[in-house]
Amino acid sequence: MAFQLTINGKQHDFDVPGDMPLLWVLRNELGMVGTKFGCGMGLCGACTVHVDGMAVRSCSYPVGAVGEAKITTIEALEESAVGRALQQAWLDEDVMQCGYCQAGQLMNASAFLADNPDPSDTEIEEAMSGNICRCACYTRIRKAISLAAKQGDAANA
Amino acid sequence: MPDQTEIRDMPSNVSRRTMLKVSALAGGGLMLSAAMPMAVRAAVAGERGVAMLNAFVKITADDMITIVSKNPEIGQGIKTSLPMMIAEEMDADWDRQVKIEQGDLDQQSYGLQIAGGSTATPMNWIPMRQAGAAARHMLIAAAAKRWSVDASDLATEKGKVIDKAGGRSISYGELAADAATMAVPDPDSLTLKDPAAFTIIGRSIGGIDSPKIVKGKPVFGVDTMLPGMRYAAFERAPVFGARLKSADIAEAEAVPGVEKVLVMKGGEDPLLLVDGVAIIASNWWTANKAREKLKIEWDNGEWGSHSNEYYDSTAARLLSGIPAEYGTNDGDVDTAFASAETVLEADYAYPFLAHVPMEPQNCTALCHDDGSMEIWAPTQAPGRAQTSAASVAGIAPEKVKVHITRMGGGFGRRLSNDYVSQAAAIAAKMPGIPIQLIWSREDDVRSDFYRPAGWHKLRAALNGSGELTGFEDHFVTFTTNGKIPMPATMFDAEFPAKFVPNLRYGTSTIETRVPLGSLRAPRSNAFAFAFQSFLDEIAHAQGRDLPALLLELLDGKDQLPDERMQMGVRPGFNPPRAAGVIRKAMEMADWQTPSPAGRAKGLGFYFSHQGYFAEVVEASLSSSGEIEVHHVWVAGDVGSQIVNPFGALNQVQGSVIDGLGQAVALSIKLKDGAVEQSNFHDYPVPRMPFTPKIDVEFVKTDYPPTGLGEPALPPVIPALTNALFALTGKRIRNLPIDTSQLTASFWPDHHGLVIGTSGVSPV
Repeated sequence: MAFQLTINGKQHDFDVPGDMPLLWVLRNELGMVGTKFGCGMGLCGACTVHVDGMAVRSCSYPVGAVGEAKITTIEALEESAVGRALQQAWLDEDVMQCGYCQAGQLMNASAFLADNPDPSDTEIEEAMSGNICRCACYTRIRKAISLAAKQGDAANA
Repeated sequence: MPDQTEIRDMPSNVSRRTMLKVSALAGGGLMLSAAMPMAVRAAVAGERGVAMLNAFVKITADDMITIVSKNPEIGQGIKTSLPMMIAEEMDADWDRQVKIEQGDLDQQSYGLQIAGGSTATPMNWIPMRQAGAAARHMLIAAAAKRWSVDASDLATEKGKVIDKAGGRSISYGELAADAATMAVPDPDSLTLKDPAAFTIIGRSIGGIDSPKIVKGKPVFGVDTMLPGMRYAAFERAPVFGARLKSADIAEAEAVPGVEKVLVMKGGEDPLLLVDGVAIIASNWWTANKAREKLKIEWDNGEWGSHSNEYYDSTAARLLSGIPAEYGTNDGDVDTAFASAETVLEADYAYPFLAHVPMEPQNCTALCHDDGSMEIWAPTQAPGRAQTSAASVAGIAPEKVKVHITRMGGGFGRRLSNDYVSQAAAIAAKMPGIPIQLIWSREDDVRSDFYRPAGWHKLRAALNGSGELTGFEDHFVTFTTNGKIPMPATMFDAEFPAKFVPNLRYGTSTIETRVPLGSLRAPRSNAFAFAFQSFLDEIAHAQGRDLPALLLELLDGKDQLPDERMQMGVRPGFNPPRAAGVIRKAMEMADWQTPSPAGRAKGLGFYFSHQGYFAEVVEASLSSSGEIEVHHVWVAGDVGSQIVNPFGALNQVQGSVIDGLGQAVALSIKLKDGAVEQSNFHDYPVPRMPFTPKIDVEFVKTDYPPTGLGEPALPPVIPALTNALFALTGKRIRNLPIDTSQLTASFWPDHHGLVIGTSGVSPV
């Protein structure tokens, strides 16, 4: 089945079954491997991308359901102010150990901060509870999100 | 406990001597090579008796320094910390001129390349620094020659050689070509820096790949992309030890997009190729989905009847008898128990555990036309990956080129290279086509090399004065083909061996085909729970708390003798260091001060992988019976120096959460010979809301620095179970913790009761 998708502002044409998950279109058909495979059931969040700004688990999101929606992946995170603030906070706090889940963590956090620019720690924990970090860098992920939110505040002040 | 030989291919008699070789680079640079002569254990094929030559430092005329990081990166931070050691002694300008490259597998050049056993820091602390110091020596010699001054009048700073008297300086890049012609120093003649002068070691430096990772750049094994690459999925028997009887692959072959279906005949060794069917397609989703169309008959043999119930009942029967054999057997245990005033006895048990690193197992392999092979392998043990791939492909190990990739976690899982064997076997049947084998999460959970389940009957004899005079453990563990796999063996020196006069450790076994392997802090992650919990029971029977008992056993005692292992000499257990971290953790947690109402504290101590850790957990139970961990205090002693505080703290905090997760939730269960769990819904690793406050302090002692990937994990489990005892009066003797026991018997009925003795927080 022929598809035409807008990913990170660019049009991509490809031919795959409609029930193929977006994750595997990105990784295997388009060679965009920043988005990660972790569980295949939407349980770990490693594959998180944005569909029209909403965080979705691309491993369980059929490409046929995307339609006209615009997709953003980790490769284009730096194009938003929130994304850049998060990336910098991630580096400043040296958040990661293995780093494999971090694309998903960052994509989930950026959609969350776009909705809730000044979250409490509890709100951060709730919003991020769908994203597993097997290395358990949770203390630093929470702190980095908080830091990025504060920077966003400062930028808007 | 001090005996930690998790790494089978560790070289013995590691020499501190680093011989250096130099060769001119095309384009006029300096290539510094270090040879670390090591005898390698003969049992490891392909890694035996090699004289290891190596290239760690490259300086180019543009004043850039490329440092090779030789060990596999699994998130432990080694790709950053080993180059820090080299750059420090070179006086390189880390922020301006250092680039880091991952070395491919080349143990003749680099020395041992492995991620396991928390060994990289202690093994490389001197050789990496000598490699840096030798480079600095040659750069100074080159400058001295150019300026016709004495080398001893020159200094170095941030990538420059400086002549203070002459008021001049010159960059390393300008000197590189000349330096390559200088004599190579004897490493033992080099004076390494006084740690007080360190400017790179000891600094918090961010992970070297992190800037790429936050942008989604390809750095992991599964990100490998090669022209014409195809994707493979592998269907193996659900039952461990089963063999393939027949496979009808016609329907799978007919699935659109499927390019090839291969029936693979393997052998008995789960580390190599097992029987199965490989499906190859242009994308992995198609290959994996086509597995549903396979019709395979398996011969499960006797293994199809194995289950947790079978193992539990067999263990119970074995524990009711005497051990099949004894290891450590000190003094006269029978007399100690016969003359005891009080005998304590308790049975402890813990389950199989899976590793579930975030990046599912995968490997990319390409068989070239000449029969040689190239693999891109996320593996903690690339040397073993090479021999495994060669074995299944039927070629010599030197015909397999191994590219070491960054890994999305390891935790010991990727010390076993079964997935590499599978990828190599498939690629060997499809020459010229790069094959990327990927496992599903279900494959990963159901085809692991599991942390062995174990059962212990622990007994203690107290005399009329309440002194601990006898101690006994009967451990039920597993054999595979009649042999106990290393991660299922007992430590001869498990604490309190040598600290109780009459003590013996016995073992009985159950034969299994469940693959068993090393999970982060193997053996220690299980024994710490059983032994530190039982010691807590003893302390309470004596009317005191665990640290009081531990400190009485430890204080005034000398270091145990060095242990000669196959891999070399290990320093023996050091009681003053143990006591040091216990006292530090008590101070940090304000141990003698009771917790707020409804909370209680518990302590655990453990020595593993040369690291001493004492941890205090403060926990409570919600009215619905959920365990909440509020605060964890960690005191660790890994020697004189923390190489990279950023990474060190992350390792400790991650280990604490990892251990707590195992304690409260994780268990792999076997039914009809197969694993019941399949993914993160039924193997629920910790998520962010579970994260307690974790305070970490390192006690610095005058010993060489040792590793941090593992030793912080084991003590947190008994610290939690001991806290729950202090809270509820209910002793946790089985993992994972069954909170229904706690709520049903003790909560909230006993709310407000003071349970326990001195130092244990009242509820």
